[in-house]
Amino acid sequence: MSSQSPRRVIPIKAEPPSNLSAAERSAVLEACARLKELPGALLPILHAVQEALQFVPKDAVPLIARELNLSVAEVHGVVSFYHYFRHSRPGRHVVHLCRAEACQALGAPALEAHAKSSLKIEFHGTTADGAISLEPVYCLGNCALGPSLMIDEELHGRVTADRFDALVSQSRERA
Amino acid sequence: MSGLGGAVKIYVPRDAAALSVGAERTAQAIVTQAQRRGVAVELIRNGSRGLLWLEPLVEVEVEGTRMAYGPVRSEDVAGLFEAGFTSGRAHPLGHGVTEQIPYFKRQERLTFARVGLTDPRSLADYVAHGGYRGLRAALALKPAEIVAAVTASGLRGRGGAAFPAGIKWKTVLGAEASQKYVVCNADEGDSGTFSDRMLMEGDPFVLIEGMTIAGLATGATRGYIYLRWEYPQAKLALEAAIGAAYAANYLGPNIQGSGQAFDLEVRMGAGAYICGEETSLLESLEGKRGQVRFKPPLPAIQGLFGKPTVINNVITFASVPIILDRGAEYYQHFGMGRSRGTLPMQLAGNIKHGGLVEIAFGMTLRELMEDFGGGSLSGRPIRAVQVGGPLGAYLPESQFDTPLDYEAFAAVKGMLGHGGIVVFDDTVDMAAQARYAMEFCAIESCGKCTPCRIGSIRGVEVIDRLIAGEQAAKQETILRDLCETLTYGSLCALGGLTPYPVLSALNHFPEDFVKPVRASSASG
Ligand SMILES: Cc1cc2nc3c(=O)[nH]c(=O)nc-3n(C[C@H](O)[C@H](O)[C@H](O)COP(=O)(O)O)c2cc1C
Ligand code: SF4
Ligand code: FES
Repeated sequence: MSSQSPRRVIPIKAEPPSNLSAAERSAVLEACARLKELPGALLPILHAVQEALQFVPKDAVPLIARELNLSVAEVHGVVSFYHYFRHSRPGRHVVHLCRAEACQALGAPALEAHAKSSLKIEFHGTTADGAISLEPVYCLGNCALGPSLMIDEELHGRVTADRFDALVSQSRERA
Repeated sequence: MSGLGGAVKIYVPRDAAALSVGAERTAQAIVTQAQRRGVAVELIRNGSRGLLWLEPLVEVEVEGTRMAYGPVRSEDVAGLFEAGFTSGRAHPLGHGVTEQIPYFKRQERLTFARVGLTDPRSLADYVAHGGYRGLRAALALKPAEIVAAVTASGLRGRGGAAFPAGIKWKTVLGAEASQKYVVCNADEGDSGTFSDRMLMEGDPFVLIEGMTIAGLATGATRGYIYLRWEYPQAKLALEAAIGAAYAANYLGPNIQGSGQAFDLEVRMGAGAYICGEETSLLESLEGKRGQVRFKPPLPAIQGLFGKPTVINNVITFASVPIILDRGAEYYQHFGMGRSRGTLPMQLAGNIKHGGLVEIAFGMTLRELMEDFGGGSLSGRPIRAVQVGGPLGAYLPESQFDTPLDYEAFAAVKGMLGHGGIVVFDDTVDMAAQARYAMEFCAIESCGKCTPCRIGSIRGVEVIDRLIAGEQAAKQETILRDLCETLTYGSLCALGGLTPYPVLSALNHFPEDFVKPVRASSASG
């Protein structure tokens, strides 16, 4: 797969065709410019793009590839390997619900069923009002106080069905 | 030490587990109530003491002694002020002197000595509590002498594989290269484990110190901490501590005037369990898919960017400063057999007193679950325990007397791994747990080996048919064959050890895989 030759890409710097908005395009270029000199820059750049845009748009991939002198296939391969990088725009808030064993021991499967039925979505889905996306996660390091979930970057433990509903409605009220 | 101008010192953890049950609101309520009552308070955001069922655990310093109250919700705060908790008075949420609480007192806190005690954002506090004494000792030694001390301590890697740390370091020291690296594995993917997180949030400087010593010992001048994205609080704590260490020349081009350099930065993972495997982690740090590499070459010879690399777990590095400070013999005298020192165990799942218990090797699993854990949270009998993460075996009651020791666990076809203990009560469906183990392998496979990538998906289907009672005997044979293929046909432990949880569930709890039993227990 990996070739011995150091030059992996045809050095044409033309702008790849894309449907990125001007703001998205400049966020991607800004992340690349700021981070591309780091050794192993691709993951930091993808994190920066997702932090700015909440996801890594499909059309960001050729742009990042061009900036880093990588092939589109290489960048795509990396984006798709990691569960954390999203390929589509999420809801305003992302709920990461823990599915792992320690939370299972305290009723995570029931909480998962409640989450899906009350939000009327499956994992990786977004509610009809665009407020909440639901993602599975495999341990949040809160295994003594499960079941656990994370809303955006806020961790919650001992989450009951009622607490879940309250957390979701608080999130809906926030912008 | 008394507080600022007679202010009462109150500690409220900023540990993620404490925050998950409302520590931030509790801290705010304390500030508000103190202002309203005209009480001068100095609020310190410490790490967690590890008595997680008591979080948010608030401590008040009274004449130099810390008194514990917990769990303190924001609505309890006014009542605590009424009762005079700022002078350590009694209250139904009070537990007396923190360090006299039996759960804490019975531990042997070496690596976690400062976690919960100090302010993790304060370098001065770290140094005042014995921090950087290990580095000072290391700066007076030759690299080979540092390596010899780590070897003599008997310290084995705490990430799971329990490989002697000194041997790994010696290989890196002996390798000639223009650049060498020190990499910290902070991917902590195992369910039931949170010791790395607690340490990074509660005492980040000790990890920085340990990695710096590793750099001095091996001639590596650049370090990376590979941190899972699920730990945003740890990221904040580490970045603050790294900044403070640079500002005080504990990191940078000239460490404490020694002329030796060490640079350190945090890199974030992106949600892939396999990136905890060391070679996959290195690929990820290089900006690639986290696919496992063939070994050899060992990372110690050709690691990050092809250069010699020390890669160790958070707890491994964090155990090094005390070894250099107190001496290898001091550390070595804790433990049993070939398992030396202490292991921070983590009590998780359906357990009454979940938390962190750092003890010398040798206590039995039952003592840990009963004496420390207090039995199940639900109050029902404990039926199964998974030790060592998602690739660890499920142990039945008959194996609860196994001592916590790497070799003793291997003898019952289990593993201590990173020290996670996940407790299940008698409502657990072990067939569902076996199915999940296969499903997890399928979700997290890096895709390099066919048995792991495809076999795990087949494994889920076979277990589904087995528990549906479709030609059960035949399915069981297929499942066992599949497990054998996984065991022998996998490049790494994800595929190679998934049979542990699957087969231990099947062997110890066969009744859960039989259809009629399942039907009746599911309705109960
Ligand atoms: C699938 C898999 C996942 C692993 N996950 C982790 C992890 O999250 N943290 C860790 O420190 N080691 C993990 N390891 C072990 C590492 O490969 C490696 O042994 C460890 O980083 C070495 O450090 P130590 O010797 O200090 O334990 C994992 C291994 C495998 C096979
Ligand atoms: S066993 Fe699985 S995770 Fe490990 S190298 Fe093979 S495919 Fe990758
Ligand atoms: S298993 Fe859910 S937080 Fe660890």
